[in-house]
Amino acid sequence: MSLQPTTLEELQEMITANRSLLPVGGGTKPALSAAANGATRLDMSHLSGLIEYEPGEYTFTAYAGTPVRDIVAALAEHGQYLPFDPPLVERGATLGGVVAANTAGSGRYRYGGVRDFIIGVRFVDGRSQLVRGGGKVVKNAAGFDLPKFMVGSAGRFGAFVDLSFKVFPEPRAYVTLKAVFPGLGPALGAISSLFTAPNEMDVLDLEPLADGRFSLIARLGGLSSALPGRIERLQSFLYAKTEAVSHEVIQAEADAALWQQVNAFAWVEDGLSLVKVPISPKRIPLLENVVHGLAPRRRYTAGGNIAWLAVSDIDSLDAVLNTVNLPGVVLFGPPGRPFIGPRPGVSLARRVKQALDPSGKFLEI
Amino acid sequence: MNDQPFFSALQKIYPKDRLLTQGVQLLAYESDALTSFQAKPTAVVIPETQEEAIETVRLCHQFGVPFVARGSGTSLSGGSLPIKDGIVIALNRLNHIKKLDPDQRIAVVEPGVVNLHISQAADRYNLYYAPDPSSQPVCTIGGNVAFNSGGAHCLKYGMTSNHILGLKVVLADGEVVEFGSESLEGVGVGPDLIGLFVGSEGLFGIALEITVRLLPKPELYRTVLAAYNDLETAGNAVAMVVASGLLPGAMEIMDRLAIKAAESGVDAGYPENAAALLIVELEGEAEQVETEFEEIMEVIKESGAYEVRVAKDAEQRLKIWKGRKGAFSSVGRLSPDYIVQDGVVPRSHLGKALAEIDRLSQEYGLDVANVFHAGDGNLHPLILFNGREPGALEHAEELAGKILKMCVDLGGSITGEHGVGMEKRRYMPAMFSEVDLETMKAIRRQIDPKEISNRGKMFPGGEAPALKMTGMHPLEAQGIISRE
Repeated sequence: MSLQPTTLEELQEMITANRSLLPVGGGTKPALSAAANGATRLDMSHLSGLIEYEPGEYTFTAYAGTPVRDIVAALAEHGQYLPFDPPLVERGATLGGVVAANTAGSGRYRYGGVRDFIIGVRFVDGRSQLVRGGGKVVKNAAGFDLPKFMVGSAGRFGAFVDLSFKVFPEPRAYVTLKAVFPGLGPALGAISSLFTAPNEMDVLDLEPLADGRFSLIARLGGLSSALPGRIERLQSFLYAKTEAVSHEVIQAEADAALWQQVNAFAWVEDGLSLVKVPISPKRIPLLENVVHGLAPRRRYTAGGNIAWLAVSDIDSLDAVLNTVNLPGVVLFGPPGRPFIGPRPGVSLARRVKQALDPSGKFLEI
Repeated sequence: MNDQPFFSALQKIYPKDRLLTQGVQLLAYESDALTSFQAKPTAVVIPETQEEAIETVRLCHQFGVPFVARGSGTSLSGGSLPIKDGIVIALNRLNHIKKLDPDQRIAVVEPGVVNLHISQAADRYNLYYAPDPSSQPVCTIGGNVAFNSGGAHCLKYGMTSNHILGLKVVLADGEVVEFGSESLEGVGVGPDLIGLFVGSEGLFGIALEITVRLLPKPELYRTVLAAYNDLETAGNAVAMVVASGLLPGAMEIMDRLAIKAAESGVDAGYPENAAALLIVELEGEAEQVETEFEEIMEVIKESGAYEVRVAKDAEQRLKIWKGRKGAFSSVGRLSPDYIVQDGVVPRSHLGKALAEIDRLSQEYGLDVANVFHAGDGNLHPLILFNGREPGALEHAEELAGKILKMCVDLGGSITGEHGVGMEKRRYMPAMFSEVDLETMKAIRRQIDPKEISNRGKMFPGGEAPALKMTGMHPLEAQGIISRE
């Protein structure tokens, strides 16, 4: 079953009249958005549109059902962007879906993820009440930070009405450098060397290659006139201080095309599930040991701080994540159980659930 | 309440020298950096281990005794003000840096660790902890977490919350919960519990272990000081820098009165006769910063500054910042007492807000000095008054309240970084609806059913101790801490 509110009042009435609700945006992350076990989809796509955008303020407020594509276009007109680089933009991801799923792309390396840019939220909770948290200014310490809490909340606490964000000026130009390393150890060594180096990168991704080697992909953004010097410096650093064996520099249209593909998860073959696992670089060898058979395609973003695993068997991955004590969230794959592996802090999340949704209008956390 | 069983239980945990109950011992804990509020706790306990702190919270819950966790007591909103008939849990001895891992750019610290000590420990790896409240030489990371502290350099990398990756906390009813991780992604799966806990002003419990992210030290700073003949032109310069598409690490403004104070206090050597000073600082990779610097100088030249100085070396840069960071304590030289507010306005309304503050200042007959984080619209009006004159504090408080309401009316916030605490509780309804506030309270009650953790803070209502103004905090008078 699917409900489709077109106004705030309708949304409140639907929450009052129904239960087992699952708010859904563009449906680009089906493991989180497809209804299972008798859940009712709350299709938020008609609560859509940019409400307020003042370029001089570097902030905007938009309805939760607004396609991110529209926001990206509006910001680009003024040289601004979403630094957390939400993925699946071209496939139709909505702003609300990005917040509920906590999806940030490779570009989140430089300035942070969804949580670091959300500044306000209005949502209807399980008591059908319209609640506001945060505000519309870039700095605000009044009240509990409910906007941040909602990042990753997967529609379990209420349905977002609108969301406010701060944004940044977009780098005027980009260049990508892809370097190949003989194995995981040398590639991780390079990441840790880069972590204390002055070189600033917008992206630092790690990609296992079919032959057992790894490539490290850095993207630099900034003023065009400074980029050639910076990329040369990074190149010299990699050969002098790390075990890089070869590299290529990717520019202009090729650079844009590469990152558009990454944004669309084009590397994930049809039929495979996609799972996000927060990790720290030092634990990557442990994960690599246990998942290489399960997940033939993998990618690490944010300097080895997020693992993206394309797997065919979620149950086996769940078991493996429990053994290595790493939580995961399923984005593509069968609906119904998005959270796999351990659930640190879930008892605290349940207490908040009790306050916002005491009668279980939305799905269990 | 019969306190005896509770105190007997405390005595089993703490030796005499770490369980303070005598009047003179308690004196130091009666107030924090918001000295106009004072309350005497019944006891102060000083745990040396996390287990002692957990055990104490469990006893408080069992006996229904309210508690306030306290670090260095530098809260500007009365956040660590004791509760009458309650206890203070002083966390200064839980001050171990448990881990510092340069390969992953993280540190794991206890709540009593002083903010600046993290950066000092990380310095040998060319790393630092970014949030820099002016009290960073003394304020503790536990307090920073509770109040989501800011600082002058929050423009690019955010406030405390943006730098916390993992937490181990004891909730107010004694449950110990861990969430987040050593990953830059923090919680990453499920609702962002770190986002919820950071800035909750101690109303959920106590952070016992905090994983913070560290950043590589900027390779190059370019610090520009521009002098203007009026405040509005300086405000417009900020808008011009923002519009240029450059992203400075900090943008600060001081007005005439604040400049005068800074000069008398720390001899900063600022341009004479300026009505307003703008500090813009670029930071980052050298080649990028040099290129940005050329652009920003063009913007500043166009902005109507009558004098522009560029720090030639680290020493000159520090001198510029010394005047700015010491401005508040220097104001103490101009006036026996002052109140500082930290409302936020949308950046495009800065000029309007400053004009309104000026008008209110004249209407109330009170001098107001302005030192503020212009880059993010975070005002810091300092309202000068003499607390010895009857009614003067109340008069100044009324003016402060009008400024906060103006901030909300302009679409901003009552606090950017100091928190609500005791001080701004009554202004919460200006910003949030009854439903919003009831919802926050409902969350609080699920986590702290007896409402013992920092009772009386953030939400309007409840008992408040009488206001009393007795001049600056002793540490502030010595220039060790300052209000930013």
